[in-house]
Amino acid sequence: MLPEAVDTVTAALRDALSAAGNASSLHSAGRRARRVVEESREQLAAALGARPSEVVFTGSGTESDNLAVKGIWWARRAADPRRRRILASAVEHHAVLDAVEWLVAHEGAVVQWLEVDGEGRVHPAVLEAALARDPSDVALVTVMWANNEVGTLQPVRALADLAHEHDVPFHTDAVQAVGQVPVDVAASGVDALTLAGHKLGGPLGVGALVLGRDVACVPLLHGGGQERDVRSGTLDAPAVAGLATAAALAVVRQEELHARLSGLRDDLVRRVREAVPEAVLNGPADGRDRLPGNAHFSFPGCEGDSLLLLLDARGVEVSTGSACSAGVARPSHVLLAMGAAEDDARSSLRFSLGHTSTAADVDALLEVLPAAVERARRAAVR
Amino acid sequence: MRLLAALSGGVDSAVAAALAVEAGHDVTGVHLALSQAPATLRTGSRGCCSKEDAHDARRVADVLEMPFYVWDLADRFRADVIDDFVAEYAAGRTPNPCLRCNEKIKFAAVLDRALALGFDAVVTGHHARLSDGVLRRSVDLAKDQSYVLAVLTPEQLAGTVLPLGGLTKDEVRAHAAARGLAVADKPDSSDVCFIADGDTAGFLRERLGAQPGPVVDALTGAVVGRHDGAYAYTVGQRRGLALSVPAADGRPRYVLSVEPVSRTVTVGPGSALDVTTVRADRPLWLDERPLPLACSVQLRAHGAVHECVVEADGDGWRLELATPARGVAPGQAAVLYDSDRVLASATLA
Repeated sequence: MLPEAVDTVTAALRDALSAAGNASSLHSAGRRARRVVEESREQLAAALGARPSEVVFTGSGTESDNLAVKGIWWARRAADPRRRRILASAVEHHAVLDAVEWLVAHEGAVVQWLEVDGEGRVHPAVLEAALARDPSDVALVTVMWANNEVGTLQPVRALADLAHEHDVPFHTDAVQAVGQVPVDVAASGVDALTLAGHKLGGPLGVGALVLGRDVACVPLLHGGGQERDVRSGTLDAPAVAGLATAAALAVVRQEELHARLSGLRDDLVRRVREAVPEAVLNGPADGRDRLPGNAHFSFPGCEGDSLLLLLDARGVEVSTGSACSAGVARPSHVLLAMGAAEDDARSSLRFSLGHTSTAADVDALLEVLPAAVERARRAAVR
Repeated sequence: MRLLAALSGGVDSAVAAALAVEAGHDVTGVHLALSQAPATLRTGSRGCCSKEDAHDARRVADVLEMPFYVWDLADRFRADVIDDFVAEYAAGRTPNPCLRCNEKIKFAAVLDRALALGFDAVVTGHHARLSDGVLRRSVDLAKDQSYVLAVLTPEQLAGTVLPLGGLTKDEVRAHAAARGLAVADKPDSSDVCFIADGDTAGFLRERLGAQPGPVVDALTGAVVGRHDGAYAYTVGQRRGLALSVPAADGRPRYVLSVEPVSRTVTVGPGSALDVTTVRADRPLWLDERPLPLACSVQLRAHGAVHECVVEADGDGWRLELATPARGVAPGQAAVLYDSDRVLASATLA
């Protein structure tokens, strides 16, 4: 969490708690909390090139994705029962993937997964063909801004334009993108955009959906009618303030962070390839086409979770693909969609650099990586 | 030492890991996912691994502040334990899957991987004492698991740490409670972990299909009933025989033998189950002694202990028991003890 966001959250929390302890000030406390939320809404909107009225605060990026996918689908189907088809990229985060699959399993939705190329990118021609099949039955298109595993940036503007040619709403999960690459809602043309607090240096347990005023969306949560009736429930005002502070700073610092992380990442990629020549870089070959702090490799002959354990033990935190709810490592659906063999998918690791990462971190990784790869390979052949 | 603690999500492995930490070892926790996982994308709870156990194991690791991982051994477990279990029953024998899991998974696949990854040994929550390569019964005889560990080789035991052998189950639970481990009151696990409802016959029928055959009375040679699969019967079994012809003497009848080729299940009086000579194959010595050898032997998990004399018989053993054993099932292990010390194991023929 950014120190500035920590300060914002603690100050707002202290203020809220001291006011809540004083019954006579309950009304003023409510006013203050409301003011914190509305100022945060304005601050976040300004940071993202959106209007304040478009910002819907939620409890997480997952909730925002669910609200967008299910809410927009329900609204579209209610307006026109033929609109049941969802066009979604095959490399979406589980918050989108599983929401789509739930609609298919329980609500009669039909999904068409948009294929990606070997670098994880949805080509506009793929979306164009999927829309052209029958534009009248499409409920929505959802394609993430940047992939969370291999970091691939999607051609969001071109994809959104294609959807709009057929009056189809376009949602994007930008959880990974905000603060890393320029994200401007108005300029991108998207109808709905998901972001999460902790991914941009803000607190956990808060997110937002930027939802165009004219985009119909059925709520997931019913109740007090907060957040323009799309998301009922009392907001965690300190967390909302922390999210807005973090987003505003992340956007201001984005360019500088991008330059610094790209440099570190390019250095990391070059040195990993030197140290482990058989390592295969997954995702875009050109660093400009992926998130600046992202590098993703397969280490043939190694189990990703062996490497994870060995690097962990040496103080280097990396991650493998997704795990099932019991924690069993699964070959990443992202890599499989990109055409990787299951063994290669199982042998892969993601290296993420963030605002606290330094050249010393890259040095530390390279110090332990070759021996870890060697050892993991021996552990795998048994 | 650098130790890898196998955390099942139960109280025993939790306390074993805790004691290893308190003994000053550098301990990493691992939960073994053994049941079949969904083949496609995660779909929530449906058919996934034992989520609750994995959750409990992770909680233990968090409380003990140790790194924690889940290792997917479902494929190995199916091939080495479940398929073996079904094949053994199909061949008319009575396998012990826990023993097979120790032999092939916990102290083979897991231990091998642990050693390759730089660990010195695997620590488990089995109730048995192990020091300097000598395996002994737990002080808690009711919970003793030395029988299912007796199939391990000296090399496997050299890579194993068993912290619980000196504790009773009650003491283990007290240790867990004292350390704030939420699994302190968790019930003991059931017999066969991959048959959740305990219906072994149904489990086998699903995999082997109906294989009807006769139930024959050993005394009269008459067919006294029919069955849907000889694999569902175990030597010594009395319940569930569903015989159509009552016994001449009116006494209960037991399964005396199971013959898979002719699908014949032979039944007879309990006294016919009593044997004083048994044969065992593929002996494995932990503490080799010259034969013939007077010692004690256990013929099934939690079974009675018999004094015996072991003699060489080809590559295997012939055991002369001092007291008759009832219901000796081929496929189970014969484990030799000198008092509480494990000497050797072999498979009952």
